[in-house]
Formats: sequence, C-alpha cells, structure tokens
Amino acid sequence: MSVIVDILASVGMWEAVLRIATPLILGTLGVLLCERVGVLNLGIEGIMAFGAMIGWLTVYSGGDLWAGIAAAAACGAAFGFLHALMTVPLGLSQHVTGLGITLFASSVAYYVFRLAVPTATSPPTIEPFRPLPVPLLADIPFLGPVLFTQTAPTYLALVAVAVLAVVLYRTPLGLAIRMTGENPHAVEAQGIDPILVRIGTIMAGSALMGVAGAFLSLAAFNSFFPTMVQGRGWICIALVVFALWRPGRALLGAVLFAFFDAFQLRLQTAVDGVPYQLFLMLPYLLSILALVVMAQRARVPQALMQPYRRGER
Amino acid sequence: MTRVLELREITKRFGATLANDAVSLHLDRGEIVALLGENGAGKTTLMSILFGHYTADAGSVRVEGEALPPGQPRAAIRAGVGMVHQHFALAANLTVLDNVMTGTEPLWRLRSDRSGARARLAALAERFGLKVDPDARVADLSVGERQRVEILKALYNDARILILDEPTAVLTTQEAERLFATLRDMAAKGLSLIFISHKLHEVMSASDRVVVLRGGRVVAERATRDTSREELAELMVGRAVDRPVRPPATPGPVLLEARDVAVAGKGGASLKGIGFALRAGETLGIIGVSGNGQTTLAEVVSGVLAPASGTLTVRGAPLAPGVRQAISAGIGRIPEDRHAEGVLGDMTTWENAVLERIWSPDFSRRGIVRRGAARAAAARILRDYDVRGARVDGRVRLLSGGNMQKLILGRVLEAAPDILVAAQPSRGLDEGAIAGVHRRLIEACARGAGVLLISEDLDEVIALADRIRAIVGGRLSPAIPAERADAGLLGLMMAGDWRAAEGIEAEERGAAHAL
Repeated sequence: MSVIVDILASVGMWEAVLRIATPLILGTLGVLLCERVGVLNLGIEGIMAFGAMIGWLTVYSGGDLWAGIAAAAACGAAFGFLHALMTVPLGLSQHVTGLGITLFASSVAYYVFRLAVPTATSPPTIEPFRPLPVPLLADIPFLGPVLFTQTAPTYLALVAVAVLAVVLYRTPLGLAIRMTGENPHAVEAQGIDPILVRIGTIMAGSALMGVAGAFLSLAAFNSFFPTMVQGRGWICIALVVFALWRPGRALLGAVLFAFFDAFQLRLQTAVDGVPYQLFLMLPYLLSILALVVMAQRARVPQALMQPYRRGER
Repeated sequence: MTRVLELREITKRFGATLANDAVSLHLDRGEIVALLGENGAGKTTLMSILFGHYTADAGSVRVEGEALPPGQPRAAIRAGVGMVHQHFALAANLTVLDNVMTGTEPLWRLRSDRSGARARLAALAERFGLKVDPDARVADLSVGERQRVEILKALYNDARILILDEPTAVLTTQEAERLFATLRDMAAKGLSLIFISHKLHEVMSASDRVVVLRGGRVVAERATRDTSREELAELMVGRAVDRPVRPPATPGPVLLEARDVAVAGKGGASLKGIGFALRAGETLGIIGVSGNGQTTLAEVVSGVLAPASGTLTVRGAPLAPGVRQAISAGIGRIPEDRHAEGVLGDMTTWENAVLERIWSPDFSRRGIVRRGAARAAAARILRDYDVRGARVDGRVRLLSGGNMQKLILGRVLEAAPDILVAAQPSRGLDEGAIAGVHRRLIEACARGAGVLLISEDLDEVIALADRIRAIVGGRLSPAIPAERADAGLLGLMMAGDWRAAEGIEAEERGAAHAL
C-alpha cells in the first residue's frame, strides 16, 4: 500500500503525466475535429508516425525544432487532404480509406527514414525540446514542477484545447463545423458548402495529428524509430468517444489515460512478483471501462460516417 | 401589385426524364400561390432550381427584377428567398438558436453574436406568432415546432419570398390549420409565399392563386376563388378521379380475434386491454389522433411486438409471437412508415419484393436464393401493380412514395394473405395513387380477406371500412357501422366520448338479434 502512496506523492510521477498526455491531447483533438465534421479518420496512427519521422528528419537535417513541428503539421494536413478527397467528394468508405492512409503513411515514414539514414543501427539522436519553466509559476512547490516545467509543445497542446473549445462553441466557423457533422443538408440549405467545410476541417485535424507524432520524436524522445507511435492513435480514437466529442473532456480523458500509464510504469519497478505485462495492460483495461461508462451518454454527431451527396437524401 | 418573383421557361432534364418543361411562374407581393401537382409532377424540382439546389438546363429566375445566378443557394438566400424543406434541414443535436444562426455570420468572424441573434429570433417569433424555445434541442421538439424553426430560419435570413415544400405532409390536422393561419398572417405583413401541395382542400382554403403542374408542365393557372376542388382534381390528374366505392360486404367467419390485449409502452405507445374481432370479407377501420396506440396495435397484430397480456387468435388458434409466425398464419402487413419499415432503400427492387417470403420454397431452396424465380416475381409485381420508374435490379430508394407503396402492396397481396393489416396506407400519396391503393384493398376484401385498416384519414376510413372503431389512449371504442358514421360522431369517438357509439353498437346488436 505504501508503495502506491509513495508513487502518488512523487513529483516525477505527476510530471510525467502531462508529458505522456501531450501527444494524446493533440491526437484526440485532431480526431475530434474530423469526427465533429462527420468523418472518421483512422489515418491517425500513420499520420502520427509520419509526423514523428518528418519532425525528427527536419531537425536532424539542420532545421529548427519549431520547423520540425511545422513540417509535421504540413504533412499531417497533406495526408488529411488525401483522406478528405477520398471520403468527402468521392464518398468512399471512411474505415477503409483511413486504414489505408495509416498503412501508407507508416510505410512511407519508414521508407523516407531509411533513405535518410541507410546504415545506422541505433537511430541517430537530435537535441529535443527542453523543459521550459514558466517564470514565477514554476516555483510553486509541487504544482510548479508538475504543471509549469513542461516542454513548449505541451503548453501548446493545452492552449490548443482552449482554442478549439472557443472555435467550436463560440465562432460562426465552429457552428458550421458542428452543423456539418450533424446534418450537411442543413448547412447546404444555409448557403455554406459542406464539402469545403469537411475538407478544410479534416486537414486541420490531421495537422494536429502530425504535431502529436512530432512531439514523440522531438520532445518525449530524441530520435525516431518506426514503432514509436505504438497504438497511441487508436487510443485517441477511443478517447474521443470518452470525451463525448468535447475538447475539455478530451483533455480530461488524455490526462486520465496518461495517469494510468505513468502509474503502471512506476508500479512495474516497485512491485515484485507480478508479470509486468499485467501492468502494461492496466491503462487499456481502465480506458475500456471508462469508455463503457461514458459511451452510455454519448451523443454521436448524427452525420458521422455518412457521405454527403448534393441533392440526395 | 409588385412582381417579386418570376421564373421563365425553366427546363430541367434528369437523364431521359423531363422534370420541368418550359415552366413559367410568377409571384406578386403579399400573395400566396399554391403549386399543385401529383408526386413526380416536377414541383419540388422547380423549387429546388429556384433555390439553387439544382441548375436549370434552360430558363431564368428573377427576384425583384434581378436575375438570380443559377446553382447557388447562397445567392438565393441573399436575394431574400427562403425555403422550408419537406424533410427538415435541421440538426437534431443542436439547439434551435444554433440551427437558425448557422451560416448567418461571416465564417471567419472571431466571435458569434449569440445574444444579438437570440434577441432577433425572439422578435421574429413574436412578430409572426412562431413560439419556440431558442435553447431547446431540436431533437426534443415536436414535428410542428421543428417546422416553425425551419420557417424562422428563413425569416432570420430576411426572406421576403418563402417557399414551403409540402408543409403539411408531416403535420396533424390541427397543426396544419395553425400553419396556414400563420402563413396568411405573413402574407398580410407583406411576405410572398409559394406552397407546394397535392392536397386539394388545403389549396382551396389557403391560397390566392393555384398553378397546376402535371408531367413537368404548367397545365393551368386559376384564381382560387374562381375554381373548385373538382376542377383542380381533374387538372392535376389529367382525368376525372373517383375513389373506388366499397360494395356492401357479407362478413364471413371470424379470422382474427383480440381479447384484452395489453402492451406496456411509453406515452402513446401502450395498449390497455383491447378486444376486437375481424371477419373474413370485411374491413375494420381504426381511427384516431396519432400517438394513441395505433402503431403499437399494428405491430402487435403483425407479430413485431408480443402482447404483455391477453390473447390473439387466428381462426381460433392462438397466434405465436414473431413476425414469421404472423406471416405463416396468413397475416400480411402494410407498415406505417414505408421508408423505415416497408423497404430497405439501398437494396434492389427484387430483393425487397421477396424478402418477406425468402424462406418459402418458391424463393429459396436449401438455403440458396432462387434468383430467377425471385426476379420473375418482382417483375410480375412491377407489371401488375403498375409500379412506375422501377427496375427489377434498381435501388428501391429511387422510387417515389406512391410507387414504393404499390410495390409493398404488390408484395403483400401476391402472398394472398387472409388478414391484411394496413397502417396509414395512403399517407403522403397523391390522389391517383390513393385511388389505386383503395382499389386494391377493396379487391382483397372481396376475395375474402379481412382488412384491419388503421388510418388518420376519416374520408378514407368512411369510404373503405364496414365497421369503425376509434383508438384513444390505448383503448378501443365500440364499433359503429360505416353507414352511420359522420364527421361529428367520429370526432366524438376520437375525443373519447363513446356514449353515442355505445348506443349505436347496442342497437346494431339488437337488430342482429331480431333478424
């Protein structure tokens, strides 16, 4: 018992929570945007992998860390555009297209990586984002190191939650986005082209997914390896349901998952005699439980996964 | 009189069909014009062109003298044209205010002016008597309220010309009357309106002028006060339409009997101990305001729902619950909602035509579908029941409501059921199609089937039924013979006042004894 208390009382544990949560926050926001406009984007897993690779490659070839983030966002948007083209104007299956994008993007990421570093056995490292203590706030005991000594992209992710919440609920654009996910015919009837809204929003969401991937190679770690996304994209898809398609709850869900993850990592080393795989399972198990509870109340966007064709009902 | 809208020589083709053939139409300020025509006459196509959902192949639209660029809903909205769609263009999960505001502000503005919008919406609602709660979720509103939101949406966009596509299709009689009162009030306040309809009585009572469309052409234009229902009916259909008349019935043995059947359900979905008998060769009409249990009644009899208590017997044998059991007991059904329950829209005509009987040896053998036989059966239905616009391998979704209903009728009647449950069989159909449906129901009755006709259309029930009962709050009234039914008596029965009906039932029973 005291082991658990010790873990929960340690600053290191809580510091890790936000770090682990950051790619999940960004990725979940990305999926949330796509789904709010009515399109499922299973390309996230691959887009994150590509974002991680291109972010790392940009910095490795001499670029700025922020240039790496920007490159990841741009490539994410490009994959998003591909996904949007196939699912929106062409109305193809969103599942199949998304999985195709994931396979394609992960493979291309590995391919480009191997073109850039053909021989190395251990992946070359870069100088990653360093923790950026917020003046004054970082000196608060406990809360300071936990909340205000994070890397810049983590702060960015938190800002993104607030921005997205405001855009979705307080601006005309956000209303158009939500409306498109509910009933594209209604949007058309009000003189807005739902196809353009969908394409644009999917691109924005996919850009966030790219940045989520770049965080892994530029802040969480300091190199790229092909398996680094490790199912985080799929977790984001589930977190969106948990979040009931709301940005604030997406933050909550990502932090909760990250908490379980950080906790089990420390349990693994603190508890003897239990196979570590059981601890590894813990966050996933708990997310399934949380999902089951939350999904009861879910109010799914009504037009999710329904292709929009003009003049057809 | 100022001319606010002018459509000139509008022509539109869809593949081989000419949906609009050089249609010209105008609208003056403060006027209500009814666009009358049967389903498929091109009314909705014409209005969709006006609103920019479609682009015309030829012709022009002028609003207040200015030419309207084709194919742009945005331009139509800006010119002051508002459209109230038949299938409401609303997002159920969002609030009324959200629905009204969408697209009314520049998209890139950083902040929505929600309080300003709320005030404006309230003012409009006040001015035109269209009360709705701006913060209510659309999903929680009744159909009538949703329509008010649709109208408010158009008014909020400063519509001066309002187009309503079959506005009463989904409304109850009371809601429809209230709607037309609102429309007249709007016209008096300077708005100009066009409403699309195929219902003669509402065209006669609510419009100033009628434009009749048939086969994509304008066939007539009349000032409403100078015409009559009969003339309009003939113009619309192209020939005189007479609904068929029921021959006197000679009821046979009891086919279907319900005793104390009860089903627990939410609100208007419950049945509270109903009993009735349906005899061979007769039609029993069940009338009632929607939401009083008629949907549940139809579902119980066709095996979708099992009664919680009470018994259903067919020819004296208890009916096991289950749709397949009901079908094999000889019960055929015409479901109330043909799109949701009657057909699978994305499957082909032949699949829909035989799906109910796919396990019969006619259509499958050892688990393999006999496509040839099934397709032949479908082709036969298409021919015998005059289903237009359908191909055996085409998707059913593409059919109009009337043709879909003919397909369902054909499917049911081909199986020659002893008992036919017809729930709202002519809802949403035009005059020609209604006459066709009625003819088939009468034929089924003459063949010796018992028909349970559940309908909100009193004219229909009086014309077809031998005996009539009302359903009120999940209970059935006494039965009266159709000959003694009139609107007043039926109104009392539907309101739950059954004293007169009881008297008549007792009298009839007495008369039967005396014989």
